[in-house]
Amino acid sequence: MRCSFGLLVLGVAFAAGATAFAQGPTYNRGRAATAEEIRAWDSAEVDGKNLPLGSGTALQGAPIFSQKCAVCHGTNGEGRDVHGGGPRLVGNKGTTDGLRAWPFATAIWNFIHKAMPLGQGESLNADEVYALTAFLLHKNDIIKENDVVDAKDLPKIQMPNRYGFVPSPWPNPDVKAFRTRCPGGLCP
Amino acid sequence: MDLKQSGRRQFWKQGAALAGLAAGAIRSATAQTRAAETPEQSAEEARAYGERPRFETTERRDHRLAGQFHGAPYPDSGSRGPYSDLWTPLQDLRGIITPSGLHFTNNHGYIAPDIDPQQYQLLLHGMVDRSLIFTLDDLKNLPSVSRIHFVECNGNGSPHFNGINPDSVQDAHGLTSCSEWTGVRLSVLLKEAGVQKGAHWVDAESADELRFTRSIPLDKAIDDVIVAYGQNGEATRTEQGYPVRLLVPGWVGSYNIKWLRRLKVVDQPEMGKWSTNMYTTLRPDGKRRWFDFEMPPKSIITRPSGGQRLASKGFYEITGLAWSGSGAIRRVEVSTDGGRTWKDAELQEPVLRKAHTRFCFPWTWNGEEAVIESRCTDELGEVQPTLDGFLKKYGITLDYLPSVNTHFNAIQPWKITPEGNVRNVMFS
Repeated sequence: MRCSFGLLVLGVAFAAGATAFAQGPTYNRGRAATAEEIRAWDSAEVDGKNLPLGSGTALQGAPIFSQKCAVCHGTNGEGRDVHGGGPRLVGNKGTTDGLRAWPFATAIWNFIHKAMPLGQGESLNADEVYALTAFLLHKNDIIKENDVVDAKDLPKIQMPNRYGFVPSPWPNPDVKAFRTRCPGGLCP
Repeated sequence: MDLKQSGRRQFWKQGAALAGLAAGAIRSATAQTRAAETPEQSAEEARAYGERPRFETTERRDHRLAGQFHGAPYPDSGSRGPYSDLWTPLQDLRGIITPSGLHFTNNHGYIAPDIDPQQYQLLLHGMVDRSLIFTLDDLKNLPSVSRIHFVECNGNGSPHFNGINPDSVQDAHGLTSCSEWTGVRLSVLLKEAGVQKGAHWVDAESADELRFTRSIPLDKAIDDVIVAYGQNGEATRTEQGYPVRLLVPGWVGSYNIKWLRRLKVVDQPEMGKWSTNMYTTLRPDGKRRWFDFEMPPKSIITRPSGGQRLASKGFYEITGLAWSGSGAIRRVEVSTDGGRTWKDAELQEPVLRKAHTRFCFPWTWNGEEAVIESRCTDELGEVQPTLDGFLKKYGITLDYLPSVNTHFNAIQPWKITPEGNVRNVMFS
């Protein structure tokens, strides 16, 4: 446990703030990642940062959903309570069932892109993911069938459960500091 | 057999043994022949990687098909790999270290990736000056730390997860374990990359089927988070995230991302499936509590505990484990009269922060019905609540409890009947 005494000193320096990080590397371990590598693994943020070019509508998403998603999530996204089944994606108006529970539409895009279909994450192209996101938003009564969803529009979509969350007050009482960690009042 | 013959036999025996030594570990046809010539010489392979004695059979319990999640069967219940949902037999453990093969798992039903350490890559990017890719070798050649820490699932012990009065401590609280984790501090990696102003969080992503992701506030990331490749002296086990997992001391289990693939420095957290849908607690007013980071102080008596039987009256050592996500356990008290009176238990030294702590309490059972329970206090003065105290704190009723996925650290009472049977009476 004593082999990292030097890190104690570094640790103190870090406590001084993020500016302590703005120095050159000490150990020069690890190689520079290429832009291509980053692009292949990157994720989109809820405010829309890193959403790629592309677009889609619910109409375009319907056949993709039926081909790639219905097998686990049901024909209408109602979920399948069987071995290998997926959860309910579609909730009725007035409820927070299915994806109506999610506060940000961009997060739906990001999850589909990263993880769906199960075991084939990062395989759908950007247009397909936009189309599927639009399809699910439409089925959840949030947008219309022909609404075009792209990198500009997606972050603007207001989800019904946007303000359905409160921070936990304990045992981390530093709630004020927690709020300042989220730009644009995104959380909660 | 005359003396001369047996002498020759001895000679060959010795010769075979020496030949074995000279040849080292290589098993050749010659060695096989030698073995055949000397039947007393065992042809068995040396147990190069040990096994426990054949009489020791405790094991993790598979909860895949027994699981409930959000009040419905696991959406992916059924087999997706052998490691999806295994609970630790806490009642059979000694000391504070969970043997690596008994460490709990909860992969939400998804397959543990099979990652070749030679191909392994960790991407660190986002709001950094230098986006970097580390190989396993890179990580192992950076300054290391070794720390003993528990990992506990978000809802461990809650009726939502474990049901009402499950028999044993394994079934009631088995989603927690404690290991020594070795790796490089996340703060070291972040400094190598150069964190930019305005960054507040680090997203940690798994290579698993769902690209499971959790976001960690930057101050926690640089505090005590470890990018771990070692578990109890050897490589992290397959089901514990081989070759590299994140270790976020004291925090909700799912933050300890297994099969760590990517770290992204960002200004806002992930607010999708994981932190809004899965790891939130529904309040009676319909709002959901999110970002409940730390596991609360909890203690459980592991012996005698549910499902066990005391063969006779007499002396027993009541023993168990206590831990807190906030730091060290300061005190554990034990009651043998259903919570009416309490006495201090002895804590096994050293008492470590954010790690299981073993407590012991001498007790003579007089053969009458008794209810035994433990209560811990952590370094912040936070006291483990009774079930009533827990309900009051969360502002919920007992009926509401099974429907919520929440941290659960209420005092665990065990009733001992005059026959010596130990029963779980938390909800009785």
